[in-house]
Amino acid sequence: MAIHPREQRIILKYADEPGYTPDIDCYVRHGGYEMLKKAVGMDKQTICDEVKNSQLRGRGGAGFPAGVKWSFVDRKSGKPVYMVCNCDESEPGTFKDRQIVHKDPHQLIEGIMISCFATDCAKAFIYIREEMPEGAKILEQAIKEAKEKNFVGDDILGSGYSCEIVVHRGAAAYICGEETGLIESLEGKRANPRIKPPYFPAALGLYMCPTIVNNVETLCNVKHILEMGAEEYAKIGRPNNTGTRIWCVSGGVKRPGYYEVAGITLGELVYDICGGPKEGRTIKAIIPGGSSMKILKNGERFKGKDRDGNEYDWGIEDIPLDYDGIAAAGSMSGSGGMMVLDDSVEIPVALANLMAFYSHESCGQCTPCREGSLWLKKITTRMVHGEARPEDVDLLRSVADQIEGRTICAFGFAVAWPVQSYLDKFEDEFREFAQRHSHLGGDRTAAKELACNH
Amino acid sequence: MEEKDNLITVNIDGHDLQVPAGTNMVDAAAILRKEIPHYCYHPKLSIAGNCRMCLVELGMPGRDRATGEPMLNEDGSPKIMWMPGPAIACGTKAAPGMHIKTDSPKALESREAITEFLLINHPLDCPICDQAGECALQEFSSKHGRGYSRFIEEKNVKPKRTRLGPRVTLDDERCVLCSRCVRFCDEIVNDSVLGFTDRGSYSTLTCFPGKELANNYSLNTVDICPVGALTSTDFRFKMRVWFLTEINHIDFETSVGANTVVSAREGKIYRVTPRRNDEVNDTWMTDSGRELYKTVEAEDRLTACSVAGDETAATEAIVKASEILQKGKTAIVGSGQCSVEEQFALKALAKSLDAVSVNLVARYGEDDGILMSVDRNPNVRGALMTGLIDTLPEERLEDLGSKIDSGEVTIVLSVKEDLTEAGLSEEQLSKVDIVYLGTHRNATSEKADVVLAGLTQFEKSGTVINQQFRIQKFNRVVPGPRGCIEDLHALSTIAANFSDEKFPSTVGSIWKQLAGENRQFSELSFQSLSDQGQVLDSSAFEYLPFREGKSLHFEPKRESVAAE
Amino acid sequence: MELKPETLAEIEEAIPKYPEKRSAVMPLLHAIQKDQGLLTNEAAEWVAGKLGLEAIQVLAVITFYPFFRQHRIGKRHIRVCRTLSCAMAGGAKVCDKMLSEFDTGLNEISPDGEVTVEFAECLASCGSAPVMLVDDELHENLDEEKAKAICDQIKSEAVEV
Repeated sequence: MAIHPREQRIILKYADEPGYTPDIDCYVRHGGYEMLKKAVGMDKQTICDEVKNSQLRGRGGAGFPAGVKWSFVDRKSGKPVYMVCNCDESEPGTFKDRQIVHKDPHQLIEGIMISCFATDCAKAFIYIREEMPEGAKILEQAIKEAKEKNFVGDDILGSGYSCEIVVHRGAAAYICGEETGLIESLEGKRANPRIKPPYFPAALGLYMCPTIVNNVETLCNVKHILEMGAEEYAKIGRPNNTGTRIWCVSGGVKRPGYYEVAGITLGELVYDICGGPKEGRTIKAIIPGGSSMKILKNGERFKGKDRDGNEYDWGIEDIPLDYDGIAAAGSMSGSGGMMVLDDSVEIPVALANLMAFYSHESCGQCTPCREGSLWLKKITTRMVHGEARPEDVDLLRSVADQIEGRTICAFGFAVAWPVQSYLDKFEDEFREFAQRHSHLGGDRTAAKELACNH
Repeated sequence: MEEKDNLITVNIDGHDLQVPAGTNMVDAAAILRKEIPHYCYHPKLSIAGNCRMCLVELGMPGRDRATGEPMLNEDGSPKIMWMPGPAIACGTKAAPGMHIKTDSPKALESREAITEFLLINHPLDCPICDQAGECALQEFSSKHGRGYSRFIEEKNVKPKRTRLGPRVTLDDERCVLCSRCVRFCDEIVNDSVLGFTDRGSYSTLTCFPGKELANNYSLNTVDICPVGALTSTDFRFKMRVWFLTEINHIDFETSVGANTVVSAREGKIYRVTPRRNDEVNDTWMTDSGRELYKTVEAEDRLTACSVAGDETAATEAIVKASEILQKGKTAIVGSGQCSVEEQFALKALAKSLDAVSVNLVARYGEDDGILMSVDRNPNVRGALMTGLIDTLPEERLEDLGSKIDSGEVTIVLSVKEDLTEAGLSEEQLSKVDIVYLGTHRNATSEKADVVLAGLTQFEKSGTVINQQFRIQKFNRVVPGPRGCIEDLHALSTIAANFSDEKFPSTVGSIWKQLAGENRQFSELSFQSLSDQGQVLDSSAFEYLPFREGKSLHFEPKRESVAAE
Repeated sequence: MELKPETLAEIEEAIPKYPEKRSAVMPLLHAIQKDQGLLTNEAAEWVAGKLGLEAIQVLAVITFYPFFRQHRIGKRHIRVCRTLSCAMAGGAKVCDKMLSEFDTGLNEISPDGEVTVEFAECLASCGSAPVMLVDDELHENLDEEKAKAICDQIKSEAVEV
């Protein structure tokens, strides 16, 4: 993919360069592992402080400050500390970690090793989703190469610190992206997320030992923070939203793809970089950060007061493209997987598509998610297939409200938010759809195709 | 374990309550007689937190982020920061200043939501489901449910009425996936034979094909299943629970003395289930112990007294028995299956008869480290503490055998013990007159000159003393067959024929004498004895080589002697 | 259960990587499924024995994860993404094309035994939607024409073997 001039490539600086290959020699030629060499000569707490001061926030979805997460690790128990790299990238709309792993795996390895050194981890695991089999092979090869050069394994670069990386392949379950679900899966069990409290990974994680779970992109950032220093890093973007982010755009735009940017607005991404809607189409709505996040309607005004008391009144294109900006618009930047829905998409059908996804992926442990997600799927499927009732619109809302906040893990929010926000913003469309689909007969091919949930 | 005086104050629905730090909030609310409904929580199992029925509003006293000082309201009381979303009470441990609301609109909303979710795929089985009447889902639906259904889709279909094991039938459609049964098998019995297959709403409880839930605690999963998914095959379709009278009892299987509840209707027992005693058996009992109720109506039950094989009225049989016994040179064979009261009466009788020897028959088997001890007699210690015997009994009556051979003993009164099983030969039995007081036919009763048909433990009241030297009481559940006689009454009537004093013949009256004569029983009476039992002073017997090893709530005081 | 020497070697290499044996369940299941084409109950028992687990614990894992299967599929495993971005880009039509080219139904083994076509959930390549996996290879920016070309390729590869 060609690099767009509005991009600010740090993580993916070399990944798309012609002739750039995933092997270690190429990486080293481009300055790779210099930061690891620097890190092992540093004081561990200093590295941790740098990460904290950089204000780096998790790139996996929750956006929790990485440095703060590292500081929560229980050091009193005497148990080994584990590092888990979450490469389960399954949030619909997201495809950034795929680029890193397939094109520049050593950057991830180096990021992991620096982070492990800084947090004194006994072992690191990369949990990679099953649907990236090439990626797993590439990572295994990369680790092998790194070991040969003493960047991974025993007595790294003569520092006295040892750490292995184990690549662990998933088996096609979205819930393994949830940190405690991932830990359960890594332990060889069903990926049932754990109740928090008491099972916060920082205290009771993998094998009930303190564990840090970080996203691929987050760990790659660690290297760059060390390279340019926390202060410089923090200048990219804006306070509390520092560094670049790799945004993934798909759906109704001219140029879907991944773009590493900082300090731009949603409009600049969607209209300038991605070329706006396809020929003859208009943008109806945008899901900003992966299908779990609340939808933003084109034409909606986003108003409020920010932390400093300044008022804002944005159209969808004005929203700052970062954690706080999208949060201020009532949604979340999540995993950075933006899905653009144009006017060819019927919102209720899009919802049916997502309900099929969530009901299939629910682990089934807790009552509201297990029963509620399948109920939502059954209702939306029935509506798509022509047996809608007017009360279904209200029923969907009620069921989603009953799920939200009552589940073991954030999956409950992930199911509820699409339903709530689509209904909030497109209620009229839903009611009209329910009416139109309240009798069998009529051509529903297009709807069923988009719903894709037999 | 928290120290008893490590008490902290929590607040439930506006009421302050002092509890040990770390108390589970479901249990804390129960102290205030507030029921926080739940399915997956069980006080004896790990916390799963998956049913979400116990969601409550939770708040903690706020602390100023900068200074760390407690935040205060205008009136000086601690400002409570309420969490934005509900929290599960079962996953919340009491901490100082914790506030929960169990009946606020938000809490009630959660319950209604969870109840609706549980019902949408639940089959409409109440009319044919054994759990009806003791079903948590029924109860909570009625209390916390919406009252009408909004679900018009198709319900999930799963395997119904599968044989999960020899004693358990499983209906997967009713299962609410609380995982209590899985946790029980993993944690209490260490037999991880249950698990869930598939995912999401299609998750199904099952065993591995070819394997079964067959351990000796399988029926406990039926007890703890909050719905009618796991049912007892023995009890299936037999009786509606609201017709059953429930009587507190004790399991006679071994010296563990698990606390039980025996359920009966109109003179017929339908099932035995465990009763909670945190010092003895928690909420569990063995499967094999439950089966004992079947002895009441067994084929070989003695339903009438007899003299020389001919059926006789009880009074006449007693007269005849007394005639035989007074001929002299009597040996008494008592039983660890007798109650404390019966053993006490037997001791008095032995004294009156000037018995040549008094014996008990030991009974040993393998233990399982949980609720089955090696001692298959529930009440050997009763015989010790009443003074009926003063050493541990042998499994075989060798001493008695030789006394019979030498002619020292010419009459044997056996209570509940089959002498041939205890090692006496046919020949030896022919040498003596036998009076047998027992409940079932055996070689001894066949040979006995007088058979007094007695009552099983389910047909009388009394006490037994378990391996912890805990005296526990059991109560009559059903009346015995018409031709039977209550053992205590028989013994005391016989004793009366040999003594000037009248010997008490009821459990209540016998206790006055027991308490008077034995220091250990001095403060007790049958009436006042708690349903959880009471540990007695066993120091006088500590030197005896008891064989019981470790079980759920028992640590042997010394190295247990390996069973022969 | 007969496993190829490479599979056994892979298994022996995987187990010591983990601080606790149970973690090796998934790598072992991956290896055995690759070897045998599916995971039978016998395989579950074998893995349980190898790792000191109960068979039900392994079966619980097998049935939880969609990639692990207890049934045979065609020689080639086709997984067409059906989640929103791919659906909006016409993923359903691509899937229909794959099905019709092999005259088969969803999740079935095609009459010639060559393919099984399934839906997959988001394959994390939404920018190049619609996408599908043919065994380990990701095919992007599909349309019905490209789908047909891939089918032709699969058919020609089938003849070669």
